[in-house]
Amino acid sequence: MGSNMAEAHPVGFANVVKAKELGAKVIHVDPHYSRTSALANMYIPTRAGTDIVFMGAIIRYLLENNLYFHEYVLHYTNAASLVKESFRDTEELDGIFSGFDPETGNYVDQGSWDYQPGDDGHPLTDPTLQNPQCVLQIMRRHFARYTPEMVEQVCGVPREQWEVVVRTLVENSGRERTSALCYAVGWTQQSKGVQIIRTAAIMQLLLGNIGRPGGGIMALRGHASIQGSTDVPTLYDLLAGYMPQPAAMIEPQEQEAKDRPTDTTWGEASGKHASALSQQTLEEYLSSSGQKFGWWSNIPAYMRSLLQAWYAEAANEEDGNCVYRWIPKITGDHSHLATTYDMLDGKVKGYLLFGQNPAAGSTDSRLQRKALQQLDWMAVFDLYETETASFWQRGPVPHLDVVDPSQIKTEVFFLPAAGSTEKSGTFTNTGRLLQWHDKAIDPPGDARSDLWYVYQFGKRLKQLYAGSQEARDQAIQALTWDYERIEPEPGSRILDDPDSELVLKEINGYYVYPPGQTGGPGSESLQGPLGLREAPHVPNFGALKVDGSTACGSWIYSGVYPEPGKNLAASRTPGGHTFLQWGFSWPANRRILYNRASADPQGRPWSERKKYIWWDEAAKKWTGDDVPDFPINKPPDYTPPPGATGIDALSGSDPFIMKPDGKGWLYAPKGLRDGPLPTHYEPAESPVHNALYTQQSNPAARYYKGKPFNKLAAVGDENYPIVITTYRLTEHHVSGQMTRWMPWLNALQPALFAEISPELAAEKKIKNGDWIIVSTPRGEIDARALVTRRMRPLRVQGRVVHQIGLPFHWGYKGRVKGSITNDLAHMVLEPNVSIEEAKAFTCNIRPGKLL
Amino acid sequence: MQERTSLPEPVQAVVSEALEIGSQVQPFSVESVEKAPRIRDAKLFHSVCPYCAVGCSLNVYVKDGKVIDIEGNPDSPINRGTLCPKGAATFQYAINPSRVTQVLYRAPYSDHWEVKSLDWAMERVAQRIKETRDSSFVERLPDGREVNHSLALAMLGGATLDIEENYLMKKLFNGGLGIVPIENQARI
Amino acid sequence: MAVESSQQQTAIPHYPQWEPLRSVVSTFVGNKVAPLPEQPKMGFFTDTSLCIGCKACEVACKQWNQLQAKNPSWTGTSYDNTESLGAITWRHVQFIEDIGPAAMLPPPLPLFGKLAEAKSEGLIPETPPGTALPFFNTERWLMRSDVCKHCANAPCQEACPTGAIIRTEFDTVYVQQDICNGCGYCVVACPFGVIARDDDGTHTARKCTLCYDRMKEGIEPACSKTCPTDSIQYGEVDKLKAHARERLGFLQQQGVQEARLYGVDDTILEGGLNSFFLLLDEPEVYNLPADPPRPSNHVAPASFWAVLTAIVLGIFSILFFKE
Repeated sequence: MGSNMAEAHPVGFANVVKAKELGAKVIHVDPHYSRTSALANMYIPTRAGTDIVFMGAIIRYLLENNLYFHEYVLHYTNAASLVKESFRDTEELDGIFSGFDPETGNYVDQGSWDYQPGDDGHPLTDPTLQNPQCVLQIMRRHFARYTPEMVEQVCGVPREQWEVVVRTLVENSGRERTSALCYAVGWTQQSKGVQIIRTAAIMQLLLGNIGRPGGGIMALRGHASIQGSTDVPTLYDLLAGYMPQPAAMIEPQEQEAKDRPTDTTWGEASGKHASALSQQTLEEYLSSSGQKFGWWSNIPAYMRSLLQAWYAEAANEEDGNCVYRWIPKITGDHSHLATTYDMLDGKVKGYLLFGQNPAAGSTDSRLQRKALQQLDWMAVFDLYETETASFWQRGPVPHLDVVDPSQIKTEVFFLPAAGSTEKSGTFTNTGRLLQWHDKAIDPPGDARSDLWYVYQFGKRLKQLYAGSQEARDQAIQALTWDYERIEPEPGSRILDDPDSELVLKEINGYYVYPPGQTGGPGSESLQGPLGLREAPHVPNFGALKVDGSTACGSWIYSGVYPEPGKNLAASRTPGGHTFLQWGFSWPANRRILYNRASADPQGRPWSERKKYIWWDEAAKKWTGDDVPDFPINKPPDYTPPPGATGIDALSGSDPFIMKPDGKGWLYAPKGLRDGPLPTHYEPAESPVHNALYTQQSNPAARYYKGKPFNKLAAVGDENYPIVITTYRLTEHHVSGQMTRWMPWLNALQPALFAEISPELAAEKKIKNGDWIIVSTPRGEIDARALVTRRMRPLRVQGRVVHQIGLPFHWGYKGRVKGSITNDLAHMVLEPNVSIEEAKAFTCNIRPGKLL
Repeated sequence: MQERTSLPEPVQAVVSEALEIGSQVQPFSVESVEKAPRIRDAKLFHSVCPYCAVGCSLNVYVKDGKVIDIEGNPDSPINRGTLCPKGAATFQYAINPSRVTQVLYRAPYSDHWEVKSLDWAMERVAQRIKETRDSSFVERLPDGREVNHSLALAMLGGATLDIEENYLMKKLFNGGLGIVPIENQARI
Repeated sequence: MAVESSQQQTAIPHYPQWEPLRSVVSTFVGNKVAPLPEQPKMGFFTDTSLCIGCKACEVACKQWNQLQAKNPSWTGTSYDNTESLGAITWRHVQFIEDIGPAAMLPPPLPLFGKLAEAKSEGLIPETPPGTALPFFNTERWLMRSDVCKHCANAPCQEACPTGAIIRTEFDTVYVQQDICNGCGYCVVACPFGVIARDDDGTHTARKCTLCYDRMKEGIEPACSKTCPTDSIQYGEVDKLKAHARERLGFLQQQGVQEARLYGVDDTILEGGLNSFFLLLDEPEVYNLPADPPRPSNHVAPASFWAVLTAIVLGIFSILFFKE
């Protein structure tokens, strides 16, 4: 579901085909019959944007019919945990949870969602699962209305088809079998994307499919190192390894700190609710970001090591607090799309684009291009001229917003970039696997790697700021910035290329003060401080310290380069059951996360067939086919002593070690901005009213109402009655900037088309191959009509709903050109991660061609 | 075809050769006989496909300083030598006359690109970064909370960036200069 | 994927005392060198039941053979914009949509009764997999990577007047670019429309070489190597054919009754194909002739050299085999 794996991840899909040959059942649930559907045992057409109903009904079915994996659920999930009496479910409030503030559109008070804390700080539980406030009972009530009839009414899927899915899942889950779910941006690009994934997680936890071989939820990420870009983030709200970017204003942003609830204490490092805390000092940051129990209790060591890597000795002042204050604080949503609005408003002056093409690739692309006109300057680093780099040109293909260069002030720099074969470095794939790629040749002409560009900018900027006495410039002055090669690369004509392995070493971490010495930094007898070049590597994140004796750029990657000459990302030894010698997967080269759950509470494999990690009683340690994701010597019967904190506070049968209670969360007592349980809301644009609640669409989504350009069609708007979804084709990549210059690929898919059903085509008097105009309140584009029975109308709430689908690979640059599909999409953002809703919105079509 | 003969072995060999040639008419040209794969004697580098996130391993063959062939690496447990059409076309992604190999510059209100030197562009962009950052830097909000940030300079990275590149970007722009809106395709 | 191969390079036998005879033979067969020692017959098995229509084979072929791209033109024929094999297109992925008209609510699958009745309290039952899901959707999108069939008795070769088309030591059909004069006889002879003259480039006849250059060093052809799902398999023809028959049996066992082999037995073109297929429907659905004609009778006779060679070798064989 939510993935067109055969087309977007063909080589990954080869494993699905292979599994099918071996007897696995492959079911594809999707609005669009794609090459994935063709190979599946079963394809189920569904209405875009209704995934939570489809899976919610499965959850209800498992609960009602007692078909969940009892032992797994009881021991490994929070089914037994008790939630506060003050919690109000969507059942009671008609589609919203307690704590919602309609004024701001936020859940300002999430205190009621929390567990009932016990005396020891751990949540209260009811192992009989009978207490009406226990998670399982709350779920029963919450999902009661997600019936098979609702699946028919809302998704347009006949009950019988849905039942096949339930049956197949149930029969293929349990001790002997596991089932996996694959999703991609078909889920994330929805105004409730995170909650769809949560629904899948609940389903998989109930079936016992997490942390076990052949199970899991596979997030099929879309680009070579998109996982790496999240782990070592270039994201506004994260520091490396999923530590939050410090904030001047904690969510909810619209409220003053004094108004926020402070009554929840469970699991928080500080004993106070995160919303109540300032992050002005490092101590405040650590206490609001860390946790008292579980692995995140280590955050002080990880944060301190990051500060050490960035600022070296300066980090020792005030135990790190001095440099912590240099790290910029966020004051709201500064995500890509939110920043686009700031750009439109003239608040953003400069823009650096490294291999990214928002003028065609981001949602509501026309608005993106308008925003670029408001910049003072922009620098684009790419291999080919992109739509973004040339937004100021009079478009070679007619589009309605013809631009006049003489009216556009933006100064534009295009800097030629190197391709992946022209530089060495690491990609992290969708399975969290780090793989090093060698540099084969120099890039052509003046083209340089992005690493070269950033490194050289850093050197120039440090020079520009060298003489400054300003406090605000201390950070750049103190920043460690020496990645110079000692000797130029053999055969390369680029003599000032930085050493990417040295950067990897910093990411891995090193000892500022070699281990085994007594005393802390500042002590006379110590050897150190050592710089990046000469310092010994740390072997893994277990070595990171809070005292400033270690530096580490991203704790979760620590261990990738544990000693000189041993870059594990570059290890390429095939073989073994889990290929542990091929690349390095974070954390600690584990291939399956939470793999303690592959054994039963006593530490024995759930079954011989599904044996993976188990407790070796003789050796008193966890062992198996993978690196155990658990303290290696903690026995299954370990019970935390009173007052234990950190990882010691979790028992020997708590596999989910990142969680403060060690449990898989069926119910999320905190951490989400739109509710502790998934709830079906219609997409922001929908042809129908929400059949489950009065609340039509996600109440916490960001709608940007009143903003220019971002017009939405009303519910059931007769002008836009057709559901539209977008997707990739095998033959091209995202906005086409990496494929539309390539004749071999262009010949395979030369033009934009819209896939429409014969029924809709007949209704609109469209023949296969005709030009059609697709319109939304944001604008119009033209495309060729591909009339195909692979698209089919659905019956939803007693009426016929048509759906069409468009790939989005075209633009006005490249050797083949075409309309920009993203011109049609809107800018309603998911509340947790600020991702747009490009997979389910509404449109209309008519025969014709623009201009 | 030989079992009926009782000729001496060498004769038999030539006859069978003759028959082979004769019966099937196989006039091999010199070029056909000498044909060999172009990757013979090429230098091999290991790379990773730049497209989707599956992480297929690539073999890049280089001869005389030029990439002559890119194909899947059979050792990889991920792709076992296979590739999809995009991966199989990586050669054309790298070796392509449409690639821009010089710095292009578009002055404000201009309607065309100008070619510039790399050094000129580096200095100019560095200056622009500094100007924008300095003119928009906020140390404290009106209510006194310390933020030490600039919101007027944005960065957006694609997800073909190496993790080393991501790391230095975040470190320089965020940790060094206080730029907040640093984003990536990962959000898209 | 390559099916395990016993292919190896054997030394060319050499007997100096019989060199004169060798030279006589060479004279009659043209001023070409003698063929290389025979290797196991190699070919392709294209199993359409595994094809995901990704077209990697098309691109890998272009990349390895450095073939020009076709001019981009959108055809509106499902996802097929390549249209046909040709002088610069040696692999071509077909797309055939075989989907019935939509019922507003598709009929219920008569597969299951009430699930709950079958379930008891407690753990999920340890049943074998296999809800009665069909191996394929009933709504089918057929995909097939087409390629030169490397016919055991190749009409193109028969029609070739210059000796440009040879059977290689791997028993594949190969067009020697340094010999071909572009006459085009082979083009009309091919019953599959595979071979074509490169009118914009070399002006010679061109088609799949089965990556002859790679085979010579035991490297798998580009298309089969790149195929993610092993829809294209490369190997010794005999082994591949045995594998194809097994595969057919497996699919039929899975209920895929429409599955059939094409070109595996000897009936097609009096000898079968060295590059053969597993299809999921009638050959005609894939534009394959069920019984391809031998076009030799309507192609101009081959050249003087070919005729003479045949005669001379006929005499040779009479002489040597006379009891």
